Amino acid sequence: MRRVIGVIAILALLLGIWEVYVDAGGADPLFLPAPHSIAKALVDDRSLLWSNFLVTAEEVLLGILLAAVVGLAVSIAIHFSHALRDAVYPLVVASQTVPIPMLAPVLVFWLGFGLRDKLVIVALVSFFSIVVATLDGLRAVDPDMVKLMRTFDASRRRIFMHVELPAALPAVFTGAKIAVPVAVIGAYLAELAGSNAGLGYIFQQANAQLLEPRAYAAVFIQAVFAITLFVLLTGVERVVLPWHRNPE
Amino acid sequence: MIEVSAPEPRELATPGGVLVDGVDRTFRVRRTEVAALAGMSLSAAPGEIVGVVGPSGCGKTTLLELICGLQQPDSGLVRSDPAALMPQRDLLLPWATALDNAALALRARGMPRAEARELARPWLVRFGLEGFEDTRPAALSGGMRQRVAFLRTVLAGKPVLALDEPFAALDALTRIQMQGWLDHVLADEPRTVVLVTHDVEEAVVLGDRVVVMSPRPGRAVATIAVDLPRPRHRTSPEVLELRGRALEALGVHS
Repeated sequence: MRRVIGVIAILALLLGIWEVYVDAGGADPLFLPAPHSIAKALVDDRSLLWSNFLVTAEEVLLGILLAAVVGLAVSIAIHFSHALRDAVYPLVVASQTVPIPMLAPVLVFWLGFGLRDKLVIVALVSFFSIVVATLDGLRAVDPDMVKLMRTFDASRRRIFMHVELPAALPAVFTGAKIAVPVAVIGAYLAELAGSNAGLGYIFQQANAQLLEPRAYAAVFIQAVFAITLFVLLTGVERVVLPWHRNPE
Repeated sequence: MIEVSAPEPRELATPGGVLVDGVDRTFRVRRTEVAALAGMSLSAAPGEIVGVVGPSGCGKTTLLELICGLQQPDSGLVRSDPAALMPQRDLLLPWATALDNAALALRARGMPRAEARELARPWLVRFGLEGFEDTRPAALSGGMRQRVAFLRTVLAGKPVLALDEPFAALDALTRIQMQGWLDHVLADEPRTVVLVTHDVEEAVVLGDRVVVMSPRPGRAVATIAVDLPRPRHRTSPEVLELRGRALEALGVHS
């Protein structure tokens, strides 16, 4: 309870400074709206924001899921093959340098305009942390454990199934948690590059119409969404990997 | 897939022997060559328990890995029936229960989970782990963890057990209890055992023979036959005398 009070106090203080700063004329409300006007936009535009939030949420959730599946597959392939490690790992790194505005038109051309092209962009920006973390997890397995399995006549595949993969699961979760805010910003960039719905789209529209409180409200919802997703993942990790970090 | 012959309690003992003859083994660490073993020889007859003692870093772990086939000698001969390792640290899987950890060697050979668990279950009872089947390693005591680790190695079904300082991590009292326990289990379930330890008393209490190794590069400098009835008392004059002889061979004068 004291923790909750502390959090509320800090947030209230920051918002208070912000409010006073704008009200006192420190910034033009056209560029930096005051918290009270953002709150008002959240209430007034709630149905608009909600329906567009659902679009963005779908992009982010499915995108992370896609990233997890592809990232896991790529990590395992790289883990098993030195040739793949040498050839593919640099490409994985390079894929993160591709600017979304360059990629978006190509994806729209291939996949059409809508959910699928956004999914690919979200997955692209978020699979990197999953691959890096998973590979580290797979490589961090105690070499003595692998030796032990070999004296038990375990095949390479069984060593992977019984030892390496379960040992790497916490790292997969770490990668996914790092990917959450990246995926949210990825969805935003994808919508900016071309869309007709979503919080990024709302932001862009509101910005152009000088409705800054609404634009800020859209960003606020994105932030809350990222926090919620992060907390949810932490909870799922605790349920799925009870042995990790909280041994009974 | 390898066919797994299901080991049954009390019918598991398989004859197996170990022969290590004039083995050299050198490692390259960065640019320096480190000779771990030089002219090391050792043998264990089927069913014999050989204690191996030596100073730290004398190549004891290398010796066990050679016996287990995890390494090849640079020169010399290593001939051993299939051997399973029990490592220094218990290396239990933190996510698996005691039962699943014990059954790991069976799973490693492809036995389905349910079958492996059913096979391991009566052994946990025999090893004094009844009621802890579903407990994860983090909640087991050090002695229990070591028992699970030993059971896992036994269930590998190999005639030779290569034990690498199995009780080194335990407190003194638990170690003595576990030595008594191991003595009892091996009387019940005879195997060929190469027991590496730096605890001379442990080697004398448990071994049929004690092989003393030199500092690195390791080789056998003395072999002491322990011709005493079991269970042996660590305070008996015979044990103390053999312990003194082994310490002397190690160059330690008590």
